Amino acid sequence: MAEEVQTHAAHHEAPSGWVRKYVFSTDHKVIGIQYYMLALFSVLVGVGLSVLIRLNLAWPGTEISILGTLFPEGAPGGIMTPEFYLAMLTMHGTIMVFFVLTTAPQGGFGNYFLPIQIGADDMAFPILNMLSFWVTFLALAVIMAAFFVEGGAPISGWTAYPPLSALGEIAGPGLGTGQSLWVVSIALFCVASLLGALNFITTTIDMRAKGLTMMRLPLTVWGWFVTAILGLLAFGVLLSAGVLLLLDRWAGTSFFIPGGLVVSDQAIDHTGGSPLLWQHLFWFFGHPEVYIAILPGMGAVSHILATFARKPVFGYNAMAFAIIAIGAVSFIVWGHHMFLSGMSPYTAIVFSLTTTAVAVPSAIKTFNWLGTLWGGRIQLTTAMLYALGFVSLFVSGGVTGLFLNQPAVDVYLHDTYFVVGHFHMIMGVAAIFGIFAATYYWFSKMFGRHLNEFWGKVHFWITFVGVYCIFMPMHNLGIGGQPRRYAELTAFDFLQPLVSLQQFISIAAFITAAAQIIFVANFVYSLFKGRVAEMNPWRATTIEWEVPSPPPHDNFGGKFPVVYRGPYEYSVPGAEEDFVPQTAPDARGSTG
Amino acid sequence: MAQQAHDASVSDWAGGRSPFAVGSKKLGMWLFILSDTLTFTALLVAYTYVRVANEGWPRPFEPSSIALASVMTFCLLSSSLTMVLAVAAAHRGDRATAAKWIWATIAGGLAFIVLHGYEWMQLIEHGVTPFGNPWGVPLFGATFFTLTGLHMTHVTAGVIYLAIVAQGFRGGRFDSEDVEVSGLYWHFVDLVWMFIFPLVYLLSNVI
Repeated sequence: MAEEVQTHAAHHEAPSGWVRKYVFSTDHKVIGIQYYMLALFSVLVGVGLSVLIRLNLAWPGTEISILGTLFPEGAPGGIMTPEFYLAMLTMHGTIMVFFVLTTAPQGGFGNYFLPIQIGADDMAFPILNMLSFWVTFLALAVIMAAFFVEGGAPISGWTAYPPLSALGEIAGPGLGTGQSLWVVSIALFCVASLLGALNFITTTIDMRAKGLTMMRLPLTVWGWFVTAILGLLAFGVLLSAGVLLLLDRWAGTSFFIPGGLVVSDQAIDHTGGSPLLWQHLFWFFGHPEVYIAILPGMGAVSHILATFARKPVFGYNAMAFAIIAIGAVSFIVWGHHMFLSGMSPYTAIVFSLTTTAVAVPSAIKTFNWLGTLWGGRIQLTTAMLYALGFVSLFVSGGVTGLFLNQPAVDVYLHDTYFVVGHFHMIMGVAAIFGIFAATYYWFSKMFGRHLNEFWGKVHFWITFVGVYCIFMPMHNLGIGGQPRRYAELTAFDFLQPLVSLQQFISIAAFITAAAQIIFVANFVYSLFKGRVAEMNPWRATTIEWEVPSPPPHDNFGGKFPVVYRGPYEYSVPGAEEDFVPQTAPDARGSTG
Repeated sequence: MAQQAHDASVSDWAGGRSPFAVGSKKLGMWLFILSDTLTFTALLVAYTYVRVANEGWPRPFEPSSIALASVMTFCLLSSSLTMVLAVAAAHRGDRATAAKWIWATIAGGLAFIVLHGYEWMQLIEHGVTPFGNPWGVPLFGATFFTLTGLHMTHVTAGVIYLAIVAQGFRGGRFDSEDVEVSGLYWHFVDLVWMFIFPLVYLLSNVI
């Protein structure tokens, strides 16, 4: 059977022709870059939407003439309607969660580097891999179409809670065609993610180079591998939920629609369903999804911290097991999203306990990151700065989770800005910092040129200070009682004292968003004019640094690597240099 | 690579080989089955949830309906047996016999689809739709058609898949492992039915 695995390697010639090479490519590296670019496009849309959201929250009624031209229904005369605000909110959440946080770390970097880091010439199923990307692309196209159909984008939030999302246009603008497109897009995304997950798992199990045991895998691979397992188990459930929601919308069933509803002064002719059923199915997916977004970042950050502290990862085994533990526990915590939805308080206690348990592996990871840094010879490259920023944000965002997982406290904080601050810190920007760290670290390998370090650091500091200025004060807003999802809050008396804070957040958001232009400019400029990268610029140990930048079509030119040691042998006493590559047979590090 | 695979002193997980000693396709199919299990589980959980939440869930299946469903079950289970024989023949390298048994499996699947289609038509004639039925709780029809519909989609896809494998294996384009992988899928589809049959049919017979 080993021969079976090897046949993938044998029949792998570089395709000729532009379309096969760059569009419908089966090369995992091209697909990785395609995923990354898709996420880059999506994040620009998502950030654009958040600018509109912040503008409306701080200064409602501001006239933006271009909005009036683009969306005469949603923003007549350039002034956003509350429904339009909700549509922007829904699309911001959906695009960011699915097409950025799920796509860039796993589809992008995972696709590009998992095969190289395990010494394989490609994924186990290259054609399936291509299919995954193009189905994701289709899903993005479908959801983008929701902006432009009659009624506009859906207004039911990224969680699409029924009955709002199940009733059709009677429930509000965007809930007709827009919501249908949303469900179809997410269902397609589920299919693409399932195919991708299956591919990642098979590749990791079957195609590791000789000598690369599981406990010699780079922690990045552990991150992608466990993320793929979470995806395999979680997206199937969301797919089912999506199918049921579509049936409720199109076939007249009432899985999620309770009896006796009156909407827009009309009695709804449905009985017997339960909105809670959607919440259970959605969050059974939705909570693992949080870790799908963050685990690859954890892997990349561990990898980068070790490289630039010139030290082995502190407690490698504990790090790998912590990733597995977080993944396992993530499937039994979904009820903490539903403390206030009418669930039994006894059930809430159980979910509260399991949720608190997540703190244990998370604390192990944080402790070991600090242990890795301790006494290291730290090099503050941009990638390292972003990795440190990730640790900082992960702690700041994680600590507030300990407030929210207490049902009694959550009664007060549920659906306030405290929650918005919490999940943006830990799931949003922490994961984004992981993506940035990985980008500054691997750009040279992917494109053969370096990103500009000076502008990278400028980008880091503005973004780092910026995100703290945006999301930390949100906790205060939440404690002050400011609810989520409201288009306008300036009219409420009890929130008046918070208006200036609200405006501060918005200004911080505009500056941080503007600073991303530095990144995009750096990215585009470096792609063509950046300093040419050598093979191993960071003097790192793992296999991707043993191949040219960028690697050839089959990664290794037909000569497959053999692995002799763990992934983080930095500053080994007696070695010729301060790192020993995984492929070096001799502990002194000579590859000859 | 080949000699390394037989070196017993190296752990199965040491890299350079498949630790489960199966091809990637077979492992991929197992993983697909795992994820599809979750998809069906979600639907069965939804069915259980709404059935428990609604009092007076209809139990309309007469003995004749149960008998028909039992015949369908028999067709599907027999097709699993013929699939086992097909895989055994494939491993012996007997391409013609293997193809013959796969076609027998397809026949079992087709019989199931035809009988199931007939049953659907009967129910629709009795006024069962996704949004209503003569016996009360409208979700009865919704859960019935969703669960059996998704299963029937799987059976239909399986029949097409098996036909491709039968032709390909006979013609030498596929090897015995491809037959085995398609067998895994087919057994899984049967196994799903073994949950649907008691939960949807036997629990809803006339008392």
